[in-house]
Amino acid sequence: MRLQNFWVSTVGLALAASMVACGGSKETSSTSATPESPAGTAAGQKVDAATAGNVTGTVTVDGAVPKNEAIKMNADPACMKANKDPQFQETYMVGSDGKSLGNVFVYVKDGLGNYVFDAPTETAKIDQQNCRYHPHVFGMRVGQKLEIVNSDPTMHNIHAMPKTNSEFNTAEPMPMKTEHVFNTKEVMVPFKCDVHGWMNAYVGVMDNPYYAVTDKDGKFELKSLPPGTYTIEAWHEKLGVTSQSVTLGAKETKDVTFTFKPVGASATN
Amino acid sequence: MLHRFATFVAGCTILLVLAGSLVTSTASGLSVPDWPTTYGWNMFTFPPQHWVGGILYEHSHRLIASTVGFLTIILAAWLWRADPRRWMKWLGLAALGAVVAQGVLGGITVLFFLPAAISTAHAGLAEIFFCITVAITLFTSPGWIRGDSAVRVDDRVLRNIATATTILIFAQILIGATMRHTGAGLAIPDFPLMFGHLMPTHWDPKIAIHFAHRVGALVVALAVIATSAHVFYHHRGRRELTRPAALILGLVGLQVTLGALTVLSRRDVSINSAHVVVGALVLATSLVITLRSWRARFPQGVGSLLQNLPARGQILQKAPDPI
Repeated sequence: MRLQNFWVSTVGLALAASMVACGGSKETSSTSATPESPAGTAAGQKVDAATAGNVTGTVTVDGAVPKNEAIKMNADPACMKANKDPQFQETYMVGSDGKSLGNVFVYVKDGLGNYVFDAPTETAKIDQQNCRYHPHVFGMRVGQKLEIVNSDPTMHNIHAMPKTNSEFNTAEPMPMKTEHVFNTKEVMVPFKCDVHGWMNAYVGVMDNPYYAVTDKDGKFELKSLPPGTYTIEAWHEKLGVTSQSVTLGAKETKDVTFTFKPVGASATN
Repeated sequence: MLHRFATFVAGCTILLVLAGSLVTSTASGLSVPDWPTTYGWNMFTFPPQHWVGGILYEHSHRLIASTVGFLTIILAAWLWRADPRRWMKWLGLAALGAVVAQGVLGGITVLFFLPAAISTAHAGLAEIFFCITVAITLFTSPGWIRGDSAVRVDDRVLRNIATATTILIFAQILIGATMRHTGAGLAIPDFPLMFGHLMPTHWDPKIAIHFAHRVGALVVALAVIATSAHVFYHHRGRRELTRPAALILGLVGLQVTLGALTVLSRRDVSINSAHVVVGALVLATSLVITLRSWRARFPQGVGSLLQNLPARGQILQKAPDPI
């Protein structure tokens, strides 16, 4: 890691004039985290911004999905006070058209070969606010700092249950700010609060910057992808995963659609 | 007085079992991530206004456990000082060792994110500790101390069948604890059928554990019926046997009903927790029958303790001649 940081610093400076910043998108938005300054190594290949393209798309659901489960927050007066209206889980975030599906994590699963990318400098963030996790689904990079914030006037714990990374369970008295770093790629790592059993979130830990979470209209965008053929996968917490192969030419933008079928039927694309 | 105190400790222990079962039933086991502190506080000074959500269950469990631990220290010291029977002194120390080990297991299972093996061991040791407190309660009771040879039961068959039943119940509780801590409680989602059939239509480890618990329930029910039937047939006039025999029949009926309702209610917290508590009561009742069936193998009267029992319920006094 130290060697990589050293190399990134020196070569990054040398190539600074040729770097192309492609926007400041956030991990939690429907737009992918933009690859930072393309940087190559002897063992890796840098992204040529001049030929890079985009993959945009929509995620939809074909059929009726179950209603989101109602939440009873009466176990904690602070949660009751913060949420006067009836509360529901965020499992199915279906748009007003009844088809578009939000909170789907879309990412490049395969096809990037030996491209290498700078370690991100910004910090990812998850906030415990109004007895919910914000965001509910998000992505971050291996080695990137995750800031965990408790903005609530009550106690939380954040319990990560990864399969390949290390499990952790951190007390979050109020107010509280802690940090964590994941060391291995993993899609997805579930979070839960054992104090408030309804609180859950998911993070996709990626070794590349090509990921996004669909917005309420089911839209996503993976920006600045080099030409190539990729396996792109869409993940939903209940509906599972569906993937498709996308071939992207130089400076090309391709629009793709992922369609999930409710549990019991297989997803299509 | 010692007997009453031992009874009180056993009663607190069943309350502790209830608190522990609520922790598991509400999935609150990790709501307090640190141990032995609570969110950085000393557990005894953790402000009550923060006892919310899962913290309420987990923190209450820790406090009740601490109380039971403190009471066990008193009980062990009292036995060591006041009971002339050497093995009773050691039984008191065994209770103390068990409750200390139980506390450590509870802490370890929290710090290691509830590994099934440790959590199951925690549940199993809880039953052993409860059995020790029940045994101490029985051994300090006036009826046990008198042990009149003229009325003692010396029935080898009853000893064998009651002992086997108690062991089976404990094994069944361990299977149940394994099922709880591996998340297999609804691995077979219907009752009394299994996936609509008499036998599961497919298998995986969770289904196997769940199936074993159902089979175990049948085996335990038959064993309890056999023990009770033997008591009622051969020792009809012995109230110290017929009363627990009748009680355990009722408890097993209730336990099977609670087990079925646990599945049918999709693990309702109250029903699920009651199932754990009644399971412990079934074990304790069977243990009482078993120990009473073995009473004839113990000394007839407990020496000086007998002299100190002019009337039922008399306080045990320290006696010079250990038995």
